[in-house]
Amino acid sequence: MENPYKPYPVIIDDIIVETDDKNLRTFHLKFLNSEDERKFNYMPGQFAEISVAGQGEVPIGIASSPTEKGFLKFTINKVGKVTTYLHNMKPGEIIGVRGPLGNSYPWDKLEGSNVVIIGGGFAFTTLRSSIVYMLHPENRPKYGDITVVYGARNPGLLLYKEELFAWERRDDLTLHITVDATDDPEWKYNVGFVPAITKEKAPSSENAYAIVCGPPIMIKFTLPVLSDLGFPPDRIITSLEMRMKCGIGMCGRCNIGTEYVCKDGPVFTFEQLSKLPNEY
Amino acid sequence: MKGLLISRNDLNSWIKSLAEKYKTFAPVRTESYDQFSMITSPEEINWAYRNTRLSPKALFHPHSEKMFQFSLDPRDPSKNILKEAPKDFSPRVIVGIRPCDAYALKLVDLNFDTSQYKDPWWTKRREITTLIGLACTSPGLTCFCKAVGTGPFDTRGVDILLVPLEDAFLLEIITEKGQILVEKYNPGGQEPPPEVLNNVEKLKSQAESAISSFGNLELLSENSVSDFFDAPLWNEVQFGCINCGTCTFLCPTCWCFDIQDEVYRDKGCRLRLWDSCMFPLFTLHGSGHNPRAQKVQRVRQRFMHKLKYFVDKYRQGVACVGCGRCVEFCPVNIDIRDIIRRMISLSECAV
Repeated sequence: MENPYKPYPVIIDDIIVETDDKNLRTFHLKFLNSEDERKFNYMPGQFAEISVAGQGEVPIGIASSPTEKGFLKFTINKVGKVTTYLHNMKPGEIIGVRGPLGNSYPWDKLEGSNVVIIGGGFAFTTLRSSIVYMLHPENRPKYGDITVVYGARNPGLLLYKEELFAWERRDDLTLHITVDATDDPEWKYNVGFVPAITKEKAPSSENAYAIVCGPPIMIKFTLPVLSDLGFPPDRIITSLEMRMKCGIGMCGRCNIGTEYVCKDGPVFTFEQLSKLPNEY
Repeated sequence: MKGLLISRNDLNSWIKSLAEKYKTFAPVRTESYDQFSMITSPEEINWAYRNTRLSPKALFHPHSEKMFQFSLDPRDPSKNILKEAPKDFSPRVIVGIRPCDAYALKLVDLNFDTSQYKDPWWTKRREITTLIGLACTSPGLTCFCKAVGTGPFDTRGVDILLVPLEDAFLLEIITEKGQILVEKYNPGGQEPPPEVLNNVEKLKSQAESAISSFGNLELLSENSVSDFFDAPLWNEVQFGCINCGTCTFLCPTCWCFDIQDEVYRDKGCRLRLWDSCMFPLFTLHGSGHNPRAQKVQRVRQRFMHKLKYFVDKYRQGVACVGCGRCVEFCPVNIDIRDIIRRMISLSECAV
């Protein structure tokens, strides 16, 4: 068995500034050794530890989809020591990736169902991975209607804008882009908080699962909306954040009740969460 | 049971021959307390010790351990690439470990040695180490091993168990690893006569009877997490706690750790360091959010993890072996025995 603490070396291939405030950058990473890439088998919803020698590691959701070959994509918010250092790095530099870690969204259960994706702010990364995965021609027939509600505080803070606008024009996916507020007179999408837009668009809960990722305040107000639409707690899926170090259920800090968020999660249904202490 | 009656002298010469071949650790008196140290001669061992102040967990999970090393030198082609730090994994023997501490290693195995992931350093050190336990004939005032399912003569964690008799030892071979050690290095001795075995049984029941039971620990798994989680008990328990972390530092079943990078000039290493759920930084998010920001949450986490979450997750009983270190050294006299009793009585009320 390989040492699960040892990162695979990767090279930064590209860095894209995602948001107007420049606090979010997307890193395209390429494996230095092709056998490492083969070992890195992941599904949307999983995360990895990004390792910077001398700085440390950060757990980040994988934003690329396993259907996209040859690179990994991580969208990283500038928050602390490691992420600030990463934001100052340049393409061509070597860092490490350790993973894939955690569980994924329940893809076997989602098969044959309609999927409603609700995202807010920069929690859209693994949701992007999920959308790209489902839209892949090989996978698209496995899922019913795909509805996406994605919001940010203002247009400048939306991630993956070009892709969003391209998805918006597709007929095999219903996308509702929204912002909390904007002074842009040209803005042709929705204005309003994610829970309100979800309520207004009222995606059907029939044979459907909802995946909800966003800030706690968004989740708090979206849950009753989904409940009113008829989604039971075992069909509402979310991904938790916790401080992590090892990522493999050993260092203890992401423990909630019987679960380690890094290994048993980060994906849980609200049914599962209702049985855990409210410590997240 | 396969046993040998062995004189003190024979045992000493056996340990001497082991110490020549293996790295050998044993309880050694230092200043005012005992601690596991590497020995070269059996004379260094304090056979009369009750238990070491620090648990022997550090022999498997060091307080600070280099995981990887790397270069930051721009001229180095392997700059920024982590490489495994060299480690000495030559075979070792630990002599005189108490049955409670040895069983604690088995409980920590559940965390570090799983079907999905194996901690390479913990599992390797477990593999290369043979444990020669020392039965406890006079448990201390803070000992409660029997009450949490281990015992002063518990053989489940050791490869060999030594029972101290007046001027000799009974050497019991428990595992194949223990058998190999005895076959390779003959300790001498003889088959124990029945009166010796009777005497051992008597010592065992005497030691066990010194420890009183808390009641039925099974009740801990019968109640739901929320029954315990929301109990008013935690508010009372946390009142005196100063979050010093002494309990987690001394506990043989506390394994939580931190990972940190250290750099000096153009060389660096990634370290693993003991950490504690008693500290607010343990769970502090980069965003500033902290799911266990309050002391009461952290105190509850420590006890709930040992006495409820662990029980429910692994179905192997509580993550406490009753060594009593936290009871003895807590500066504000928080007593885990009292908490176990209160949790059991909560369950009794609920049932």
